[in-house]
Amino acid sequence: MKNLLILGAGTAGTMMANHLRNELPKKEWTISIVDKRDTHYYQPGFLFLPFDIYKPKQIKKPISKFIPAGVEYVMEEVDRVVPDDNQVLLMNGNKLDYDILIVATGTNIAPAEIEGMEGPGWQKDIFDFYTYEGAKNLRDKLRDWEGGKLVVHIAEMPIKCPVAPLEFAFLADSYFTNKGMRDKVDITFVTPMDGAFTKPKATAALQHLLDDKNINIVPDFNIERVDNEKKMIVDYGDQEVPYDLLVTVPTNMGDALIERSGFGDDLNFVPTDKATLQTSVKDNIFAIGDATNVPASKAGSVAHFEAEILTENIKRYIKGEPLKDEFDGHSNCFIETGHGKAILIDFNYTHEPVEGTFPLPGVGPLKLLKETRMNHMGKMAFRWIYWNMLIKGKHIPFVSATMNEAGKQLEPEEVA
Amino acid sequence: MEKVINGTAVQVNDQGYLTDLNEWNKDVSIEIAKEEGITMTDEHWEVIAYLQDQYRNNVPLSIRGIKKSGVINIKDFYRLFPGGPLKKASKIAGIPKPVSCI
Repeated sequence: MKNLLILGAGTAGTMMANHLRNELPKKEWTISIVDKRDTHYYQPGFLFLPFDIYKPKQIKKPISKFIPAGVEYVMEEVDRVVPDDNQVLLMNGNKLDYDILIVATGTNIAPAEIEGMEGPGWQKDIFDFYTYEGAKNLRDKLRDWEGGKLVVHIAEMPIKCPVAPLEFAFLADSYFTNKGMRDKVDITFVTPMDGAFTKPKATAALQHLLDDKNINIVPDFNIERVDNEKKMIVDYGDQEVPYDLLVTVPTNMGDALIERSGFGDDLNFVPTDKATLQTSVKDNIFAIGDATNVPASKAGSVAHFEAEILTENIKRYIKGEPLKDEFDGHSNCFIETGHGKAILIDFNYTHEPVEGTFPLPGVGPLKLLKETRMNHMGKMAFRWIYWNMLIKGKHIPFVSATMNEAGKQLEPEEVA
Repeated sequence: MEKVINGTAVQVNDQGYLTDLNEWNKDVSIEIAKEEGITMTDEHWEVIAYLQDQYRNNVPLSIRGIKKSGVINIKDFYRLFPGGPLKKASKIAGIPKPVSCI
């Protein structure tokens, strides 16, 4: 018997367990998945929890519910990977041997990376919404917050779901409008990037929305520290932004086990081939999702598209065939814009988000880079798709792993 | 597009970044720095050489990377290239504007 071992039972790891159990013969391959937690979170829901749009029970379910029969779920914390011995050491002292390893350990927030972020104000007037606890504490804070300066902030790139902070600002506008207190809240979006987004066409569309919703933007802000006493964030150029309520996306880093294993980059992300998803650590170690250093968005849709290609490549690797170098960085994100509307963007390594229709070229029903109610309904329907299709590894109709150029208003010079 | 800088014709993109590092030289660099309101000193050149080195080795530029570089601390980096130091320094170094992954 040979062993395939998956580290991490989040979105990417769970999808791989489901895909591979269907593909690899049970008589030849055992599959195990290791995760220290027992709860699977629907992470896109962390955006909605603070605004009381989703209830906690809608965004958390037991991990075990999504691990297929024939896959062993090991609920333990990993100490480190020893590539030379093809072994994973667990914190409880046990060792797991593998023939193939898939690293799907995701990314975590690291507020300790920024001076003062975890100071006396942390979880009192400084919140994150990238963890279940952070989102829930923020919900409680917002329920009886009386208004003031709301600062929505990104510490440094890359971050998981890069549009989420913008969506948070849009939803805050909607939330306070509905509560009849928008005039008491001043919303400012602070980013290290030079605009609302990194890609020109989407930045233009999103900047327009920020203006419409009366949300200020402070670009090119590289945070140095949080001053808890004076309640302001300060950047390396001594620029200051005061807050009454700071909603920050701290530095994102890969799991500490990557650092302990000695193969991560500065931010503990695993060096991974951006087209095949094989790591440069060793040829029998692959990586997927937020854990990799590939230059694509850290998002569930990316992990979903990667999973189809990685499944094929694991099969090829087993047969000794050349790997398929087809992952194109395909990403597909709904951007909630508040007041019951959303934008949809679809892009990859080389094509920036443009206008068009999705998933059916020329038909839709979803419209790219346009603010519509239908897109919002798509985002709401996505929770069902996630729990019932996506993480179970079922194919989503009409949506391909690589980006479809049809139905998009692409300009030839955009091809990098 | 072509731009004549200090008597030398170089290729630049629409934001004024050189598209080929081979066309870069100190005279061109000094002119670009002037346009950005910066007078080059030995401290500046040291940073520029470091950035070009990183670019040649395909290392993406970031504030975190500069912090760990050992070449310069972030406060001084801002002092030398006020405003947007990564963007300005890259332009003067003749390398592409750093992109943040999305």
